[in-house]
Formats: sequence, C-alpha cells, structure tokens
Amino acid sequence: MEPVLAATAVSKRFPGVVALSEVDLTLHGGEVHALVGENGAGKSTLIKVLTGVYTPDTGELTYLGETTGFGRPADAQNAGISTVYQEVNLVGQQSVASNLFLGREPRTRWGLLDFRAMNRRAADLLAGYGIRVDVTRPLRTLGMGVQQMVALARAADTRARVVILDEPTSSLEPREVDTLFTVVERLRADGVAVLYVSHRLDELYRICDQVTVLRDGRVVHSGPLAGLPRLGLVAMMLGRDLEEVRRDGATKFEGEHTAERAEPVLTATGLTVKHRLDGVDLAVRPGEIVGLGGLLGAGRSETAMAIAGALPLDSGEVTVEGTRLRTGSVAAAMRAGVVLLPEDRKADGILPDLSVRENIVLAALPRLSAAGLVSRRRQDSIVDTFVRRLRIKAASPDQRVGELSGGNQQKVLLARLLCLEPRLLLLDEPTRGIDVGAKAEVQALVDELARDGLGVVLISSEFDEVVEGSDTIVVLRDGAVTARLTGEDVTEAALLAALAEEGPA
Amino acid sequence: MTSATETSAETRTTETRTERLAGLVQRRGSIVVLALVVLVSSVSFDSFATLDNARNIAIQSSFLAVVALGMTFVIISGGIDLSVGSVYALGGVLAAYGIQWGSLVGLALPLVVCGAIGLLNGVLVAYGRLAPFIVTLATLLGARGLLLAITDEGATTRLMPREDWLTHLGQGTFLGLGLPVWITLGLFAVGVVVLGRTRFGHATLAIGGSREAATLMGLPVARDTMLLYLGSGLLAGLAGTLAAAYSASGVTIVGEGLELDAIAAVVIGGTLLTGGVGTVGGTLAGVLLLRVIQNVINQVGTLSTHYQSVVSGAFLAVVVAVQAYLSRAHLRGRRR
Repeated sequence: MEPVLAATAVSKRFPGVVALSEVDLTLHGGEVHALVGENGAGKSTLIKVLTGVYTPDTGELTYLGETTGFGRPADAQNAGISTVYQEVNLVGQQSVASNLFLGREPRTRWGLLDFRAMNRRAADLLAGYGIRVDVTRPLRTLGMGVQQMVALARAADTRARVVILDEPTSSLEPREVDTLFTVVERLRADGVAVLYVSHRLDELYRICDQVTVLRDGRVVHSGPLAGLPRLGLVAMMLGRDLEEVRRDGATKFEGEHTAERAEPVLTATGLTVKHRLDGVDLAVRPGEIVGLGGLLGAGRSETAMAIAGALPLDSGEVTVEGTRLRTGSVAAAMRAGVVLLPEDRKADGILPDLSVRENIVLAALPRLSAAGLVSRRRQDSIVDTFVRRLRIKAASPDQRVGELSGGNQQKVLLARLLCLEPRLLLLDEPTRGIDVGAKAEVQALVDELARDGLGVVLISSEFDEVVEGSDTIVVLRDGAVTARLTGEDVTEAALLAALAEEGPA
Repeated sequence: MTSATETSAETRTTETRTERLAGLVQRRGSIVVLALVVLVSSVSFDSFATLDNARNIAIQSSFLAVVALGMTFVIISGGIDLSVGSVYALGGVLAAYGIQWGSLVGLALPLVVCGAIGLLNGVLVAYGRLAPFIVTLATLLGARGLLLAITDEGATTRLMPREDWLTHLGQGTFLGLGLPVWITLGLFAVGVVVLGRTRFGHATLAIGGSREAATLMGLPVARDTMLLYLGSGLLAGLAGTLAAAYSASGVTIVGEGLELDAIAAVVIGGTLLTGGVGTVGGTLAGVLLLRVIQNVINQVGTLSTHYQSVVSGAFLAVVVAVQAYLSRAHLRGRRR
C-alpha cells in the first residue's frame, strides 16, 4: 500500500546541534504509528518538519505520492495534516465552538459568521465523541480532558489524512484516555494515518501498530510494535545495548558511600501534584546519592522541584532533619539547606552576562551582606575557595560566565548552591550538554560532595550515570514510585526491567 | 460511544457564579458606570442634561471614538498603536492642505498617507516581527515630523473653505446631530459586525488570545495583523480629517496624547491590554465616559480642566485594577 506521508533522509541542523540526521518515517493510512525517544531525540523537530513549521535542510517529504515542502503550518493543515500539541494550542477565551471552527467558520450567504450553524455543528461533532458540553462556553472554563478532546476533534474534523498526536494523554485522567482512544480507533478505521507520540509504554502497546524509535536525531529502529519486547524498546530508547548493560560502565562514580545508620536528612512523603505527582515518598541520608529513575515525563524533575519548593504541592510533606518544611517556597527550602540545580541551566540558572563572581555569590548575597551592603572581601574569599575546590577554569572571577564552557558553567552553578552550605543537593541532569571530560569531573565532584556528608538526589537521562552514581534508585512512572532498587539491585539490567514493567493500566 | 465516557466530560465543566459575574462586569461594566455618571450628573447639574450639551458631548466624542475604534481591534489582537495621535493630527493638516486641489484630494490625501503609515506599522509588526510599541513609537515621531515639515514647523495653519462639501462633512447636521456623530455611529456598527460576525474579527480575537495557537491553527496571522494596523492608521487619518473639517482648519497642535486617551477609552471599555478579549461597544462607552467626565468638570467651572486628566487617570487605574482582579478570579476558578 502506498504511504500517505513519508519522510526520506530528512536532516535538520540548528546552530551547534544536529537535531535530525537522515531520518526516515513512513505513515500508512489506517495505521497508528508510535514515535518514541528520550528528551532531545528529535521527536519535536520531526513533527515540526512534517507540519511545515520547519523546513528540512536536506531530505524529502512525500505526501499522497507527491513530493512536497510545506512552507507554513497553514499549508500542511490545508493539505490534510493536523496536529494536536502536548500543550493544548487553542484559544482559551473563545468558545468551544469557535475553537473548533476558527479559520473555517460556517458563513451565511452574506459572508457573515453563522453562529447558529457553528454551535449546532460543534455540539454534534463533540457528541459524536461522547462529549456533551455547552459549546458557547469559553474553552478555558472546561477541564483539560475536554480541551484536549476539542483539540483532537478539531484536528480530526479538518478532513485530515494524517493526525499527529504529541503526548495527548499527559494531562488526562484514565477515563479521559479511554475516550481519546476511541477517537483514535475511529480515525484508524476511517483510514487516517495517526502518528502517536508518547512515553507511556502501556498506551503504546494498547493502541499502536508500528513504532519508530529516535535517538540523538537518528532512527534506531522502525517496525511493527507487536512482538517487540518492552525491555528491548526501552533499551533502544535509552541507547543501551542489552549485552553491554551487563558490562561495567565508565563513569567516574565510585559508588557506595552510605552511612547506613544515619537519620535521613530528607524525608518526603506523599508528594502529590495534580496530573504530575501521585504520592511520591523519598528519603535521603547524609552521604547518600539517591537516583531517580524513569522515562521522560515520569515525574523526576517534578519530584525534585517539589522538594525544592519550586512546584506547589496539592498535598504531601517534606521534612529536613526532623523539621517540617513549608512547601511551595524556594526561600524556605533554601533556608533549610535544600537546593536545586535546575535541568535547564541556560534558562533557569546561569546569568551569562554577569561575571563568575556575581554568578556564584548571587544566592548567598543575603547572608554575605550587613545592613544591605555586601563585603567585597568576603565575596572574594568565598569565590576563591569554590573556584579552587571545584576546579573552575576561568581567566579570572571577573570573566563573563557566558564565555565559559558548558561544564564550567555547570560548576559555577554548583558553586552558587554550595556556598549556601546546603544539607541536600538536588541535581537535575547535572551533566547534560557538557563535554566528556567535564562530565567526568562533575561526576567526581558529586561523588566527593556525597562523601563529605551531603545528601544528593540525582536525576539523569544517562543510564550509566544514574546506576553508577546512585546508592539507591527510586523508579517513577506517571508521577508515582513503582520500584526502589538498593544495594545489589542497583544495576542497569534491574533498572531497565523496572522501567519496562507493565503498569497497572 | 459508551455512556460512561459521556458523563465524564461533564463533571468538571461547571463555571462558578463568580466567574460568570466576573465576565459580565468585564464586558458590561463600562456601560453601567457610564449610565451612573450620566444619571448623577443630570441630577447635580441643570445644564448637563440639555439637548445642546448632549450634542456637544456627542460631537466631541466622535473624533476620539473613531481613533479608538481602530485601537480596539489592535489591542484585542494583543498589539498597541501609539502613532494614532500624530497620524490624527497629520490627517487633519493634510486634509486642509489637499483641499486646495479640490475636495476629493482633501479627503483622499490624508487617507492615503495615514493608510500608508498604518501599513508601514503593520508590515513591520506582522512580517518584521518587531515590537508594536517600538514600531508605532517610531511612526509617532515620524508622522509628527512630517506634519511640522509641511506646516513650516507648525506656523502655517491652513483653512478649509466653508462652502466645500468636505467641510460640510464636519460641520453639517442630520436630525439635529453633527454628521461626524453619524459617521462614527456607522463605523461602530460596521466594527461590531466585523469583530463579531466575520472570520477576520474572529481571527483577531484568536491572535490576541494566543498568537502561537492561531498560527498553529493555520489562521492568516501575519496578514490579519498587518490589516489591523492599516485599519488603525486609516481610521486615525479619517478622524483627523473630520476634526479638521469640523473646525474648518488643519490645526497642527491637536492630537498630542490622543493615543493615550484612545488606549484609556479602549481599556475602560473592557478590552484587555493583554489581548484576546474586548468589545467594540465597550469602547464607545469608554470614549463617552471620558468625554462626560471632561464635560462635568467643565460644568463645575471652578475646577481647573487639568483635573479632568486626574479623574480620567484615576478612573483608568481603578478599571485596570478591577480587570486584573477579575482575570485572577478567572484563573483561580480554572485551577480549582
């Protein structure tokens, strides 16, 4: 059968990054095709290429047998390629009906909008999907599930030949997921080609026929999903060869530093945030590195942010050295000695135009100042200590941080946290985007800090890093803890198995 | 389709009473306040509720209203047009300048030039992806400069012949009301239809609500954005022309700060400065409210006219505070 949409050898480069490299993807009508891959694998870029947001550097798109290049999203849409984005991309202030028909509203013979026809058709359309709402209400007054369904209904109603669903279920309740799947199944029955992006293995195996696995901008596997073992799929996503897993890795972590008897420095119980975390429990002892395992979207970053006070909790509590913390306050967490190294250091951490000194002492300024004035001498001595201790390679403390390498930027951020004299360090992807040498140095540093008695929570999408760095691994899925690996069990094989395990569905 | 899934969608969709009330105040608040102010003024001042005074307010409101109409659309789309005050003044001067070659030129010249300025704004904002604040600030200065250049630095004030039909457009009356008032009402009627009943208006609301979503939905975002600024320039030029015709001269010193009055009127009328929400009718109420307040202060007589600005400013502050409160109430309602 002729494919509806095919990408052949598509490459897309951004300054400094190859986002897609020679990617092939073939979508057939009446098939649900899963697209999987970890963060940065190139899924979003590929979707944007397919929908005309980006133009590929090389390679070719074939749609309904003809070579095409969509210049704009509108072109792709008019041609019959509809996309439902992860974040509902609709206009909240406008009515449900408007959102369904924006840009193709029914009109009277005077050329004016025919609201009566629009509302009637909107109600009929949604009723067809089992949703009965007042379509004249502003979209934002409805639940996320309904909003997602409206987005899907809009996508499916535009005489679409291809429907792309980008993590459609990330904010849905289980029963809303069921409704969504009925729609997907109907699309399949109607001969539409569906591209389904998700990290939830259970969903993939429930609904998808084909799978394409992306890693680092390349296709590492493409074929039927049925018969592909979960463990194999997860291993491919993470780039771990099953055989290799049994061998020793090559990170700089030395493992094992737990003071078994010590009281936990951090106890978190029942951390719950709607749609994101579901009763996560966590304990970290001084000198212990606790790794958080899980696929993208499992709630690892959210757990770290919740503990650091950067994510308001619906319920749950955080106790640091026996004292209960006021949750949802970064300042309170910092005072208690809990600090977070954020995942995106460019967006959330580094101030590139300020100097190394300024970046380091920033968070400590309140405690370095007397009567609002900051002692330059005390600043200098602190900066000096950390530049030496963390082996930060900068021309001088006055050098702009933006000029440093990624690894040194990361060390500057670490220094900023360490001069707060923390008790617990939350590290979210501490080695992402830094070169191999710097990576090893940061790993060694984290190890050293733990040996000095700091509690560490480590998040890393690099498998060997979590396994070799951690004394304990807490495995998360859909915001809940599904396994705890300790001692002998902290191995890549055990972690892979825990990740691939079938969920309660 | 199973009935189990049908019920699931309904459960979380109840709009709270507060939210509904908030929406109502947002949309209709300015009209209620206008009615109250008119009522109180009528009782307090004998000279307020007279036919002459009402005519007076109507004609004074009409020029600002036409400018504010274009501004309403621009602000609903999430933009801003600071150039309208200068463009308005330029329009008036060009009308008085062009009429020496005939009435048609007197009407066409300001529309062409002001439309071109609006188009320039639109192209730079829509296709050049520049911030509307900066773009229209630049054209504000440019239009003012152009105006000074053709009037010998404001020294020359050109008069418009009394018997010309273009002048009549500003000075004539129909059913007791000045022609500019009728023109304004006509334009607002068109504005209501365009915003509420056309794809263009619908798209304007969507662009203001979420530019990214509008783009991803395949709406002609850039084209519509450009048209919005073109419209704003044209309306400001037309308003200037009418004002010049009304006073039978191209006055060079008008229009300074008019863009701020227009923005104030739009915001008081319930349009959110953040875009996505707004009505044309609300803007008319906002304009009338500003002009009624001005009129009342003139009635009091003992107060300096500068207090008009103080009162309008205070009013604007209250409106913006209430809007912010209401939209936060909305957000809270949604998070629940």
